Amino acid sequence: MPGACRCLCWASTPYAGPVTLIATQSLTKTYGGRVTALADLTVAVEPGIIGLVGANGAGKSTLIKILLGLIAPTSGQVSVLGIDPTADPAAVRNRVGYMPEHDCLPPDLSAAELVTHLGRMSGLPRTAARERASEALRHVGLYEERYRPVGGYSTGMKQRVKLAQALVHDPDLLLLDEPTNGLDPAGRDAMLALVHRIGTEFGISVLVCSHLLGEVERICDTLIAIDGGKLLRADNISAMTSATDVLAVEVSEGTEELAARLAELKLPVARDGRLLLVPLADDGTYDLILGAVAELDLPLHRLDQRRHRVAELFATRELTNA
Amino acid sequence: MPEPSTAALRPTPTGVIHDIGYQRYEGARLGRRQVFGALYLHGLRTAFGFGRSAKAKIFPWLVVGIVSLVAVALAAVRSQIGEPVATYAQFADAMSWLVIFFVAVVAPELVSRDLRSGVLPLYFSRPLPRADYALAKLLALVTALWLLLGGPQLLMFLGAAFTTKQGMRGVWNELLDLLPGLLYAGLWAVVFASVGLLVASLTGKRAFAAGGVVAVFLMTTPIVGVLSILPSRAANELAGLASPSTLVQGVGIWSLGDLLVEGDPGEMMIGGFGPVYALAAVLLVAGATALLLARYRKVAS
Repeated sequence: MPGACRCLCWASTPYAGPVTLIATQSLTKTYGGRVTALADLTVAVEPGIIGLVGANGAGKSTLIKILLGLIAPTSGQVSVLGIDPTADPAAVRNRVGYMPEHDCLPPDLSAAELVTHLGRMSGLPRTAARERASEALRHVGLYEERYRPVGGYSTGMKQRVKLAQALVHDPDLLLLDEPTNGLDPAGRDAMLALVHRIGTEFGISVLVCSHLLGEVERICDTLIAIDGGKLLRADNISAMTSATDVLAVEVSEGTEELAARLAELKLPVARDGRLLLVPLADDGTYDLILGAVAELDLPLHRLDQRRHRVAELFATRELTNA
Repeated sequence: MPEPSTAALRPTPTGVIHDIGYQRYEGARLGRRQVFGALYLHGLRTAFGFGRSAKAKIFPWLVVGIVSLVAVALAAVRSQIGEPVATYAQFADAMSWLVIFFVAVVAPELVSRDLRSGVLPLYFSRPLPRADYALAKLLALVTALWLLLGGPQLLMFLGAAFTTKQGMRGVWNELLDLLPGLLYAGLWAVVFASVGLLVASLTGKRAFAAGGVVAVFLMTTPIVGVLSILPSRAANELAGLASPSTLVQGVGIWSLGDLLVEGDPGEMMIGGFGPVYALAAVLLVAGATALLLARYRKVAS
């Protein structure tokens, strides 16, 4: 197979340099002049796996639709792969694959037929479309099932078909809107692993949308957090999470004593209701806290690493800065 | 493998599965026109149930079967009695109910199904402009309807051409009769496809869409009936404008004359309003197409 090795030899990285993948400048979108979906959003990200997190209604889907040129922003500039989707949407869509959040598969077609047809709609010749469709379905883990009607698929299989149709025309960027929606924990892990593989091995940049920070932070290089259409933070993932790894300590009584003791041990303690929040420096932090609790002979109720949810990420950041 | 050298880049089907990882696509990417053509052909195949389940083939082919059977019967009778029972245009008129039935089955199949399943975002996130989607579907339905009427007309022609007693001259005369018939079938196709597809594009429920199509085409005939018995000659002559079928027939009477209504005037008189009928038909098609495009500018955004 002489040509087979070519595929991995970074033939795929015309953007390997410091090229901006997605850039927005004061991007604003209001519906009917009243509902604000995006407010003055300015962000620039480099190729890689980008997590776009925010609560439901934060403006994630609106941003994706603007990136695809499906809706026009009220004001501000946007560029995807160096192209302005408001001026030349076809050029952007040629190089972007989109996986919508909602159900979008005709139940009576087989996955192979649907993905082949959509490949043709992306401009692939007939034979190439058929080949790329079965390749894309193979990469997302659908084999013999692909000849059965989609109506009989499980949610996990349907999500895979949606991902395959976004991959079929070999895009340079994938826009995935809530790819783990409706999946069970095992399905979520499998989907995230797949997205991670696409972003790393396939050499395709991925923008993955989610309302669960804990989910996307596992696979992303960059994280964009938006809330109410406003940018909360856009940063490299390591910079973001290191500042937010916090241990939450809860004791049934003697919270004040423990706080004082921990402060003596030079640990920056913050109060959050009945909880004490301590930044996690290294494993030694656990030992120090446990030692202090044992020393004061307090009934320890809870000691865990705080789960990152979007709201908490920013709440704890304020606390640690304080 | 008689394929060109690019075949070497593809995984060759040797019966052994190699995991060669993800391959970038370096091949050709077709332009807008070819994508439009692909969607058009896909729509045309869908209209006749090709590439679909056996169930989806029943109704289209039932209609095709009946229409062809009628055409063959007409050709057979003609060869026996030596005189045409119906002209090509009259044949198209006589089949109008079946055309309506066909539109009611196929138009929802072409557009309502896509609305229902939510697949449109997958189309519209691709380079294809929204208008192309709607126009390709419309063109597919027009072609399907034209084939539905034109195919049997061709059967009638073949029957007449092989049984003519006037040699090549007879065949030539027959061809001169066939061509206006085919054009008239085209008019049926354009009017019924544009109106039918517009109605079907309004709902994702196929049963509703089919009912809506039938309603628009059939519920308008009583209006024609009422207008045509009013004590006003102008109202009577313009009555046909109220329904798509009679509108098409009016244009036919005006442009084809005795090919549609032989000798004595038919029951529906259009008087001197022929050009009005033609203009109305053009406006109807243009209006329906414009509304269809407007519909697809909004939907699924």
